[in-house]
Amino acid sequence: MAAKFDLTDDTVVVIIGSGAGGGTLSNELSQRGIKVVILEAGPRYEIEDFVNDEWESFGQLAWKDMRTTAGSWRVHRDFPNLPAWIVKAVGGSTVHWAGASLRFQEHEFKTRTVYGAIQDANLMDWPITLKDLEPYYAKAEDKMGVTRTNGIPGLPGNNNFKVLATGAAKVGYKQVHTGRMAINSQPRDGRGSCQQIGFCFQGCKSGAKWSTLYTEIPKGEETGKLEVRPESHAVRIEHDAAGKAIGVVYFDKDGKQQRQKARIVCVAGNSIETPRLLLLSESSKFPNGLANSSGQVGRNYMRHMTGSVYAVFDKPVRMWRGTTMAGIVSDEAANNPQRGFVGGFEMETLSVGLPFMAAFLDPGAWGREFTSALDGYENMSGMWLVGEDMPQASNRVTLNPAAKDKWGLAVANVHFDDHQNDIAMRKYAHKAGSAVYEAVGATRTFPTPPYPSTHNLGTCRMSENPRDGVCNKFGQTHDVRNLFISDGSQFTTGGAENPTLTIVSLAIRQAEYIANEMGKKNI
Amino acid sequence: MSGNDNANKLDRRQFLAGVSTALIISGAALIHPAEAWGLEVKNLKPEMMRTLIKMARDIYPHDRLADRFYAVAMKGYDEKAGSDAATRAMLETGVSTLDELARKKHRVAYADVDWEAERVALLHQIENDKFFQTVRGGLVVSLYNQKEVWSAFGYEGESASKGGYMSRGFDDITWL
Repeated sequence: MAAKFDLTDDTVVVIIGSGAGGGTLSNELSQRGIKVVILEAGPRYEIEDFVNDEWESFGQLAWKDMRTTAGSWRVHRDFPNLPAWIVKAVGGSTVHWAGASLRFQEHEFKTRTVYGAIQDANLMDWPITLKDLEPYYAKAEDKMGVTRTNGIPGLPGNNNFKVLATGAAKVGYKQVHTGRMAINSQPRDGRGSCQQIGFCFQGCKSGAKWSTLYTEIPKGEETGKLEVRPESHAVRIEHDAAGKAIGVVYFDKDGKQQRQKARIVCVAGNSIETPRLLLLSESSKFPNGLANSSGQVGRNYMRHMTGSVYAVFDKPVRMWRGTTMAGIVSDEAANNPQRGFVGGFEMETLSVGLPFMAAFLDPGAWGREFTSALDGYENMSGMWLVGEDMPQASNRVTLNPAAKDKWGLAVANVHFDDHQNDIAMRKYAHKAGSAVYEAVGATRTFPTPPYPSTHNLGTCRMSENPRDGVCNKFGQTHDVRNLFISDGSQFTTGGAENPTLTIVSLAIRQAEYIANEMGKKNI
Repeated sequence: MSGNDNANKLDRRQFLAGVSTALIISGAALIHPAEAWGLEVKNLKPEMMRTLIKMARDIYPHDRLADRFYAVAMKGYDEKAGSDAATRAMLETGVSTLDELARKKHRVAYADVDWEAERVALLHQIENDKFFQTVRGGLVVSLYNQKEVWSAFGYEGESASKGGYMSRGFDDITWL
């Protein structure tokens, strides 16, 4: 079953992180007979450990290690040490993701060409096209069991969806359905169907939602080629005199420093920890951080234009019942600059429980205006707005030497300013979302600001030219041939869509490339 | 004898001060006769705890929530004041500042100011202080994370052990 490799085994591929990117890559490689060690910073929980309780689950799953923030984004004011809401556990953020699995649109791979030069935006075309990725999207959809693909029916609509769909139809939107969701609407791949539990963000208690934790990782372990080491926090990637990666230094579950040798190193720690690890791995040969000759490591941090609209009605909705995000309106997703911004956005059903609603509806607010909104909780409906944000060189993950983690290493500082385009899109989206609910009789709507980022992208972007980015079209770093970026950090630009499906597709494609290159002894 | 005197005094004060004496001080405890509960205050002065509880309701006023939920939400500060001198100092300074502002404007302590709007006006004067920020930031969790308050908002909490909502009304909306 699960493999056990020696620390001195320099034939293994070491993958840092076990989420959508790392978890998928580990299975894809081990199915090809390649030996893999996953170093995962968080512990290994199983489905029975998950709790239907927002704060308790946050305490269990969230990445809470110290981080700092800067910039004009509101998250800096409201949650100065929590720039991102992601998971620190085996399975990474596929444990708490909502399951929305959308392909990028064709133009989103070539935004510099389609949108033109946008002031203060660091737009660039991806070195790949939709056509390049389509076969891998198809593989990912099949692997994840995405509804409305491969003959899999859509999920049934819950109360929150019915409100959204009715309002959307009244304002004339046409592309409305219960989403393309990596949540089983019928039993598939050894997992049951959705029980409409409503705690998708707290870890799926039925296992109907795809997560690398109980799909890719155990499948990889069954090959006998994959070893997962939980509570193993990577702190440095080492290289030899020729500049080839040779191993990873990490702290194990007992706080002991270890050094795993490697033939290839793949970094998939999400878009804050991935650049941090490269920056922490600076050396005399790589004085600005590993694979950072372009100076782009940490830059172009994207988090999607997000926001929410909640609305109160005169009758109950009980939006928390059932699948959190099985509802989408895609009519605003296209690029239509006549709206006053480039790029598009999706409207997706969203619900949080009362404890999180209190914390996130209008962070910092108090008094009767705020509490009367919560008094309407049972009659509330909610949607999330997720759209393309503009990459900016100054939106950046850096090391903050003033704040240290428990290993004494500089923590990540996340600087973010909204681009004018992001602000214009959010304003429009808040209005469009409110209109949907007003069309079905909302008595009050709340244009809710962004939460701590769940979609963290960019920071090690793909580029055709090594001067412009950190990695090539396979996620292989331009500077270090046997070092790969395997998560959403690779994204050249963000698209309007929830990123997981694209991360998984890129990981499948990367695995194929790594296996070929290993076969040819190129790496 | 003295017990009777005290009771009479309490009655009189309660009558004179109106609504805010729903919570009365007796020795080192706060007593809520109407809701039939008491809270022993170990480290802070009971007057301070009374102010904090009033302040909690004024920050997140829900008329359908009894005082006891606000008391539960705030009682952690009494414990923390016992182990953490900095917290204790922050609370003592914060409450006395608030009471001073109240006395200057209304000639009574904060908790005895009659109208919520008048107390809220006082809170606005301190809302950028660390004291207020700390109390509000803690309260948004300690109040709304009490499972006992959820039913007042219709929120049903945990559902997996009941089989989710598959056959319990995930799509039961009828008014659309």
